[in-house]
Amino acid sequence: MTDAAAPTVASGIDTPEHSLWSDVWYQFRHHRGAMAGVVIFALIVLLVIAGPWIWNTDPTYIDVKARNAWPSFAHPMGTDNIGRDIFAQVIQGGRVSLLVGFTAMLISLLVGTLVGVLAGYYRRLDGILMRVTDLFLALPLLPLLLVVIMLFRDTLRAAFGPETGIFLLIVFIIGITSWMNTARIVRGDVLGIKEREFVVAAKSVGTPSRRIILRHILPNVLSPIMVSATLGIANAIITESALSFLGLGFPSDFPTWGRLLFDGANFMTLTPARVIWPGLAISMTVLSINFIGDGLRDALDPRIRGR
Amino acid sequence: MLTYTLRRLLFAIPTLLVISFIIFALLDLSPGDPTANLPMTIPPEVREKIRESLGLGQPFHIRYLLWMQQFFINEPLNLLEKWTGWTIGDGNRLRVISWQTRSPVVDLIVQRLPQTLWVVGLAYLIGVLIAIPLGVISAYRQYSWIDQFATLFSMIGFSVPTFFTGLALIVIFSVKLQWLPTIYDTNLRVTDAHTFWLQIKQMIMPVSVLALYNAAQISRYMRAAMLDNLSQDYVRTARAKGMSERSVLLVHVLRNSLIPVVTVIALGVPTIFGGAIITEQIFRVNGLGQLLISGIQSADMPLVQTLTFIFAVLIVFFNLIADVLYGILDPRIRYD
Repeated sequence: MTDAAAPTVASGIDTPEHSLWSDVWYQFRHHRGAMAGVVIFALIVLLVIAGPWIWNTDPTYIDVKARNAWPSFAHPMGTDNIGRDIFAQVIQGGRVSLLVGFTAMLISLLVGTLVGVLAGYYRRLDGILMRVTDLFLALPLLPLLLVVIMLFRDTLRAAFGPETGIFLLIVFIIGITSWMNTARIVRGDVLGIKEREFVVAAKSVGTPSRRIILRHILPNVLSPIMVSATLGIANAIITESALSFLGLGFPSDFPTWGRLLFDGANFMTLTPARVIWPGLAISMTVLSINFIGDGLRDALDPRIRGR
Repeated sequence: MLTYTLRRLLFAIPTLLVISFIIFALLDLSPGDPTANLPMTIPPEVREKIRESLGLGQPFHIRYLLWMQQFFINEPLNLLEKWTGWTIGDGNRLRVISWQTRSPVVDLIVQRLPQTLWVVGLAYLIGVLIAIPLGVISAYRQYSWIDQFATLFSMIGFSVPTFFTGLALIVIFSVKLQWLPTIYDTNLRVTDAHTFWLQIKQMIMPVSVLALYNAAQISRYMRAAMLDNLSQDYVRTARAKGMSERSVLLVHVLRNSLIPVVTVIALGVPTIFGGAIITEQIFRVNGLGQLLISGIQSADMPLVQTLTFIFAVLIVFFNLIADVLYGILDPRIRYD
């Protein structure tokens, strides 16, 4: 396709190209915290994904002679009480933690956006959906999460295998209990956009509701959704590690950062590194994601952008 | 305002009923058998008797209604009797009994409540006391070094999970420096200066972990509210009248900015009771959070049901208080 680069219709006014996203990117780049967050988060993701190739020690390999070892060249973060390499475990745990965070965020975003758009767009559904949202907000979530995990852990582990079962359970319940804020924000925005001229125009030419929502409304509520997506990942990672830390998350043969912290807590007088590294990993990840979210919020807010 | 409050109160009733049903039904699905931990030598018919004595022989809706009656009528009456010394009825009411300890759940909660209130409540108070000045200063000197510092502080405060700050503090102050005890000793009675000092020492770490977390959250709201108000016209008017900067800031702006912050603070109160589960677990404070965890681990259904529902009641109640406070403090947002 040689004529793909054909000149666009000349408007006569010579303005430098200013798309919304280039403006957003420009603003985002100037948020120092957000850029630092991007770099650190990218490093963590890279290390966790490529980790097994860089550091090819098996996280489950038991080296009894080197148990409770302090950091050394052979074991950069030391070993645990049965001689497994902590560095390899942190990499392995990070894969699970980040995957949990990402998947749970997707679920919560999906539910939140669906509820928000439906409640904002269809007046009939608004009352009932917002009642449900309020109800979920009034539930004491952490106790309920713990109870649900305790009740369904064994059933799901029997049905899907020990690892997939617990993964599905945790991802699902974190997702299903964290969509409320997204739903509220999206609903508020949809309520405003629904009355704008372009939507009324689309409606007047007989566009079906489904197309109005997908073509006209969703793109306009994308920015709050993106911000809640970043905050959702951070929230899910924290919740998962809190559950694992209370001993009701992932089992220790399938560790996450929270579980490593929980297992390491009993040995912190002996090998403090077991507590420090997984904890630092969680904190740095969440901190960098929160900074990214902060920068994104500033960059996507037209009142702040360009200042 | 009164009609609004009454309407909200009436709305709270169905919400609570639905929540109580969800909690009860969820826990009732439990596959865990409370007699599973008893010795194997117990014959099956005795085991069945034990199950019946735990109230498990009845169908679901009977048990639900019974629990509701115990929770909403029997237990409040009992508490009333205990506090006032009155005798209401024959005093022989069925109570919610914990399977694990065989004692009434409410008595367990009353035992555990003071520790939670002391540690977590104090932490919340300190958090608020740090957050308000921090928010005021960082909004007043926006983009100054102190604002940058406060931003970083609050980012760290709500990004670093309490279970890591807690463990890090233990590693530093208990393991390395050996200044502070790792375990909260509930049996300590404060009688003289020495035991008072011990009490302070064991409270420093849990309180500061939670205070950091709370201050981080509230100071952001405080800063945002101050920034909103600082650019309002009435501030310019006040300055133009020649008022001192001090009274502009501390009387005019602060009072208006506190309106949303007060509601945020009210909304956070239920987390004092429920949200500190993790901190109590780290420092072995035997408060409500630990009671809940031990109940969950030993599948003590009546205890977990009651405690979770109490948390839900607190959340609904403080939501109500926050909404009503908002209306009282800010006449522009009267709902009626």
